[in-house]
Amino acid sequence: MPKTILQLQNVSKIYGSLKALANINLTVNAGDWLSIMGPSGSGKTTMINIIGCMDTPSEGSVILDGTDISKENAASLTRIRRDKIGLIFQQFHLISYLTAVENVMVAQYYHSMPDEEEALEALAKVGLSDRANHLPAQLSGGEQQRVCIARALINSPQILLGDEPTGNLDEENEGIVVDIFRRLHEEGVTIIVVTHDPEVGDVAQRKIILEHGKIIDDIDQSATFGEALRLKGRTSSAG
Amino acid sequence: MFLRMITKTLIRQKSKMIMIAFTVVLGVSLSTAMMNVMLGVGDKVNRELKVYGANITVRHKDAALMSDLYGLEGQGVNDKFLREDDVLKLKSIFWGFNILDFAPILEGRADLNGSEVSIIGTWPEKHATLPTGEELHTGLKSLRTWWAVNGEWLEEDDDDGVMIGHLLASQKNIHVGDDITIDSEEFTVKGIFNDGGNDDGKILMTLPSAQKILNLPGRVSDIEVSALTTPDNDLARKAAQDPRSLSPEEYETWYCTAYVSAICHQIQEVIEDGVAKPVRQVAESEGTILNKTTLLMVLITILSSIGSALAISNLITASVIERSQELGLLKALGAYNWQIVLLVLAEVMITGIAGGVVGYFMGIGFAQIIGQTVFGSYIEIARMVILIVAVILFLVTLIGSIPAIRYLMALKPTEVLHGK
Repeated sequence: MPKTILQLQNVSKIYGSLKALANINLTVNAGDWLSIMGPSGSGKTTMINIIGCMDTPSEGSVILDGTDISKENAASLTRIRRDKIGLIFQQFHLISYLTAVENVMVAQYYHSMPDEEEALEALAKVGLSDRANHLPAQLSGGEQQRVCIARALINSPQILLGDEPTGNLDEENEGIVVDIFRRLHEEGVTIIVVTHDPEVGDVAQRKIILEHGKIIDDIDQSATFGEALRLKGRTSSAG
Repeated sequence: MFLRMITKTLIRQKSKMIMIAFTVVLGVSLSTAMMNVMLGVGDKVNRELKVYGANITVRHKDAALMSDLYGLEGQGVNDKFLREDDVLKLKSIFWGFNILDFAPILEGRADLNGSEVSIIGTWPEKHATLPTGEELHTGLKSLRTWWAVNGEWLEEDDDDGVMIGHLLASQKNIHVGDDITIDSEEFTVKGIFNDGGNDDGKILMTLPSAQKILNLPGRVSDIEVSALTTPDNDLARKAAQDPRSLSPEEYETWYCTAYVSAICHQIQEVIEDGVAKPVRQVAESEGTILNKTTLLMVLITILSSIGSALAISNLITASVIERSQELGLLKALGAYNWQIVLLVLAEVMITGIAGGVVGYFMGIGFAQIIGQTVFGSYIEIARMVILIVAVILFLVTLIGSIPAIRYLMALKPTEVLHGK
């Protein structure tokens, strides 16, 4: 029986008269690879903000690794986010004046202690050993996103949360990132990715479709996701 | 990592940091200059005010009593005098170094060509070596710097010469170089002075000459004293009423501070039967001018500090808003609010300290320019200013950072990371 790592129970997020999320119920098991898809304004970002402890729901509860985070204050949410969540952004958000390895070490610094060896190992995992001392401006978009993934993984989070992680990448780099996700999934990392890209959505084990703040579909892709990954890998190589 | 981030931020934002440092330089230099001038100006303003004469008079206690009770002054009011031998003891008191000039006065009336006139015997100039080995140069000449003299001042041993007030000289048609007879003693007129006051109708001569004419050897009626004093406060005013009302701690504080009342008290301890009293008009004017000058300096310091704080506030807030995405990211990565605030404050403080050091030395330069321009001498550098400036710098930087800190505290990573 897989362990439940995340549970959203009747979660709503209300801004004035707008319901960004309406009565969402979702359970994610440890090691799952989940993609969240939907059109703009469907509530994807709101959902990922709540799961990533950067926002709280107006109603309902969010159980993350056995703790209800929906009523926590900002400092507690910061601590939980630091310990349990790894964040990947569409715009990478690397600190421009720090090198690749230093960007990874920043996450270590705010978590525990910076360790350059460990940060270099994380970069090696995403294939950037030789780019460790480059500034973000000296890296391609794909390389920057890989630094972002290394930074998200450095503190061994329980959930890797990606907000359009391939949104700014070309097909080749998209393939590289998906391949990294595949390896992480094999290692047992829980991955939740918000995406517009059907190809990236299809390679996940499970696909959630959001519309007007509601889950309109929850598709189990376990049977096909291996094939989709293989096809995605082939397309990327061809690209 | 913390230091690495600060160093790289400082380098990357050098133009902004230079602007902040420049603002601090201006504020600190002005504060340093004003405070050094403020702390050094007391003596300088006092010295400037000494041109208006003595601020303490000493007389025999009985004469002082007659003056206090009945307002009676001058010769004939009583026959009690001070001893000339005691006059030099003034320099032996605790605040002896603050006694800048003094002169004994023996006033009386004598006959000039058949009419009675007032004569003043004094030390026009006095050169002596004190028991401590200190060379003393004093006399009435130093206390009457405003006198316009036609001819020349009497010298120390000029027992055959006199100076005449210009009203008396014109009344008696006396000129410089004339010989006159006072109580059958022959004198040559060395100078005619214009005091602008009562002395213009009097004759000034050396103390031995006056003592001889008045037949009061070794006696003086008053001693005029010019002393550097500290403006009175509540303690000084309480002590002036009755020093015995002070607690031992208060007494020690009062005694060891150059309040005019403390100096008067110490003078009375060395002058037998003497009563020393501040010339209130002069002493209070000095205190008032000094207090107002100090207030002006403090106001300039406060205003410059407020100006710096506002400028720093704008610069830091602009810098933080520009970096909101980076700082929001740090929050998203798990930095607490206080860690972000600490990071920004450390950057600002380092910049502030660099600006503060430069500003301090510039301020010393400004203080010397002010000293030379206004007082014609250098301002002594007060070490305590370093501490005061450091505190002001810290407070100004901290207060200036408050809007930026509030912005940082309210900054939501979701808003900046999604580009809203």
